[in-house]
Amino acid sequence: MSGLLLVLLVALIFVVLYQVARSSEMVARIQGEEIFDKKRNNILGYSMLVLFSAFMIGIYWCHQYMMPKMAPEAASDHGKTYDFMFEITLYVTGAIFLLTQFLLFWFTFKYRRVGDRVPFHFVHNTKLELVWTTIPAIAMAVLVAIGLKSWFKMTDMAPKGSMQIEIVGKQFNWISRYPGADGTLGKRYFTNISDKDNILGLDWTDANNMDDIIIPNGELRLVKDKPVELIIGSRDVIHDVGLTHFRMKMDAVPGITTRLWFTPTITTREMQVKTGNPNFVYELSCDQMCGKGHYSMRAVVIVETQAEHNIWLKAQQSYYVQNHPVAAPAADSAKPAIDSTKKITMN
Amino acid sequence: MSNETTLHQHDVHSHDDHAHHEHHEHAHHEHKQHFITKYVFSQDHKIISRQFLVTGIFWAIVGGLMSVFFRLQLGFPEETFKVLSAFLGDWAPNGKMDPEMYYGLITIHGTVLVFFVLTAGLSGTFSNFLIPLQVGARDMASPFLNMLSYWFFAVAGVIMFVSLFTSTGPASGGWTTYPPLSALKEASMGSGIGMDLWLASMSLFVISSLLGGLNYIVTVLNMRTKGMYMTRMPLTIWAFLFTAVLGVLSFPVLLSACVLLIFDRHMGTSFYLSEIYIAGKALPNVGGSPILYQHLFWFLGHPEVYIIMLPAMGMASEILSTHSRKPIFGYMAMVLSLIGITVLAFLVWAHHMFVTGMSPFLGGVFVLLTLLIAIPSAVKVFNWLTTIFRGNVRFTVAMLFAMGFVSLFISGGLTGLFLGNSALDIHLHDTYFVVAHFHIVMGISAFFGMFAGVYHWFPKMYGRYMNNTLGYIHFFITFVGAYVIFWPMHYEGVAGMPRRYYEYTNWESFKQFADLNQMISVAAIIVFFAQLLFVFNYFVSVWKGRKVTSTNPWKANSLEWTTPILPGHGNWDGPIPEVHRWAYDYKDNGEGGDFIPQNVPLRDGEESH
Repeated sequence: MSGLLLVLLVALIFVVLYQVARSSEMVARIQGEEIFDKKRNNILGYSMLVLFSAFMIGIYWCHQYMMPKMAPEAASDHGKTYDFMFEITLYVTGAIFLLTQFLLFWFTFKYRRVGDRVPFHFVHNTKLELVWTTIPAIAMAVLVAIGLKSWFKMTDMAPKGSMQIEIVGKQFNWISRYPGADGTLGKRYFTNISDKDNILGLDWTDANNMDDIIIPNGELRLVKDKPVELIIGSRDVIHDVGLTHFRMKMDAVPGITTRLWFTPTITTREMQVKTGNPNFVYELSCDQMCGKGHYSMRAVVIVETQAEHNIWLKAQQSYYVQNHPVAAPAADSAKPAIDSTKKITMN
Repeated sequence: MSNETTLHQHDVHSHDDHAHHEHHEHAHHEHKQHFITKYVFSQDHKIISRQFLVTGIFWAIVGGLMSVFFRLQLGFPEETFKVLSAFLGDWAPNGKMDPEMYYGLITIHGTVLVFFVLTAGLSGTFSNFLIPLQVGARDMASPFLNMLSYWFFAVAGVIMFVSLFTSTGPASGGWTTYPPLSALKEASMGSGIGMDLWLASMSLFVISSLLGGLNYIVTVLNMRTKGMYMTRMPLTIWAFLFTAVLGVLSFPVLLSACVLLIFDRHMGTSFYLSEIYIAGKALPNVGGSPILYQHLFWFLGHPEVYIIMLPAMGMASEILSTHSRKPIFGYMAMVLSLIGITVLAFLVWAHHMFVTGMSPFLGGVFVLLTLLIAIPSAVKVFNWLTTIFRGNVRFTVAMLFAMGFVSLFISGGLTGLFLGNSALDIHLHDTYFVVAHFHIVMGISAFFGMFAGVYHWFPKMYGRYMNNTLGYIHFFITFVGAYVIFWPMHYEGVAGMPRRYYEYTNWESFKQFADLNQMISVAAIIVFFAQLLFVFNYFVSVWKGRKVTSTNPWKANSLEWTTPILPGHGNWDGPIPEVHRWAYDYKDNGEGGDFIPQNVPLRDGEESH
């Protein structure tokens, strides 16, 4: 019922507006098109100034409102590079934005047709064209140079001695795996997966798997100032490891292993103090549409000191032990060991 | 074969006094044609263009309404709405939208707006309407294929519409429909029959687009009237030509992506599938790559944004020049920048895939090529500004929308410099920054180009004007609304807020934007109703609008204004006019006028441009 009333109301408003609008056409006819046109150009010309002022004030106001809500400073070395680059790009584009928008609104106002001015016959000017081809070209060259330098740094091989953690996406949660005491992630293959006792499909014929630790809720425990390399995989569809606070992101693609690395620089506790928010927590979000639970694919990232990390690590039981209470490694090793983690496909 | 042979004799008539008798006479001399052949299965490019436009309007309303529904969910995740149950039925029990339907709505919203509205509705409408009229041809090279082009599109639309009513819902993997999500029905409800219908619909749409595009290219290249050298063509025609070239070369790649996806879905192939464990079992597929689909998709997907943008650019150029009473500045630079954009459009597709784990070197190449596009785009913007500079701006509704187009194109184009730079894209990828960027630069700004075109050429389409006052209201609400909706989204994106989320309430990092999302939703709903005002204005004006009394109401130069007020099939009553000058001779004509149409011979001693 209320829906019907709303529709009727809208229809009524349209009809009223239309009738009012019709009368302006009548006025135009009575005044004569020419006079009416100039009057209208004058009013709308000034409205361009109003619109531009509102635009600028709106931007300022929006900025003031939004800044306190933004993500805190970047919590990784790559993130700092990102923040720096973002700022440079913002200054370059901001300057062009203000200049061109101002000229657009100013010209439409300034050159509104009110008198009988003869328009300036200006058809072509090679010098001007060269100026506004060259200047953007130089600006782009600078942005590309800074961009590629950062890009190659971020996508380079992880430094030696990086901590390795595997993170695997599935509908709709993350699973993380730590290499355990031997520092090596064992082989896994999708045909071994069982939701009951082998959620990542670890190959039990590989001794490296015996001490691997699996955290089924995908929690990532990183160490401050220690580079970490994430080995990323997916069990079903494409997901994406989104690490907002570290300004990092990488797709999790079934059948392909992807990687990303960075060095966290601020512990969770330090960040809680910095932001003044005792509930602050680093979050891992899924950033690639993966189905109806996409929006709930959340995992927590904890950055801690090495000492804290060691204590936590010691308390964990390996996945093998968890699922094989009588610790006796399985014997059948007839199958060739195929390994998902070692396959890197370059696209 | 000349298209004249396909025309009916009775169309070639002389009627001098069309101002008064146009309608009667028209009705009279067309009486032999049945309603069905005249308005339904018409081969007249002008009727076909109106069919594209009205179908486009229908889809814009459907797609817009979908955005209202999912904005209700995003703005008010805790509330329930009766209107949702009314429209979505069991998909919104007790007024709370199901996540499956949320994803269905965003998917179909994207697909419909990108393909049905901004491709078919925009270039289908105006390429059809303006190419023969502005190059001086009686119709398209093949009116029959042109008719087929519309009907393939219509059938594609019907299939897409039907998919909304299937029991498992429409496709729901996002408008890009990446496999494996879209390939496996275990992965999502929308990947069932809804996805099959999506693929069928898109395949038909590709055919429609190819038939149309080939026709546009041939018509522009082969059917220009005497004296209409390429360098005398209006920029609209250049833009439509390159749009068609882009479509013809890239749409087949989408078709191949769709075909391979159909194989993977139903015939057990593994083009896109490898090492998948889903719904409790490991699938037999190994060796495929989901990334292959992304390459194929974006090989169309990126040119597609230029397929959307170029017609809007062309029309804005034409309208800015006409209503500033000044020649377009730097005509050749405008043409060259169109060529530059067209070539580069094919070389940048992988910038959508920086975080798929692609080779960093390849990523670097795509960064360079992507940022190169900024140069021709900058040239266009500065040329538009110089066109207005020291002109005589008439604030028609079309002019306002063309000017709004430039403003939005600048704003949205500049944010492309962030996203095209891979090191920044790592963080911004798939956040609201992307949503804000592409909605402004190819959604709203292309819509502005389209609105400008509709207000400007409506008198030629229907022999009546649209109502100005409603047009101004439409402009101001839409322009302000567009920025209110999308400007704050940049900030959300910079804060890392991911797109395609059903709700953010459980996220410590994103829940602080709840108030903002609410405000955006309210603005979006207001803007939606303002668009209905446009639709209302359009249809009322078709029958009740103020009548056009002169053949050239805007005092413009291009050939469409040399036809009768309501041209019949064949466009010109007498012979096709001959062209003697370029399309932008806005200057003193020696008799107190400030323009010289293209068909006016050069005066003594006057040099051709």
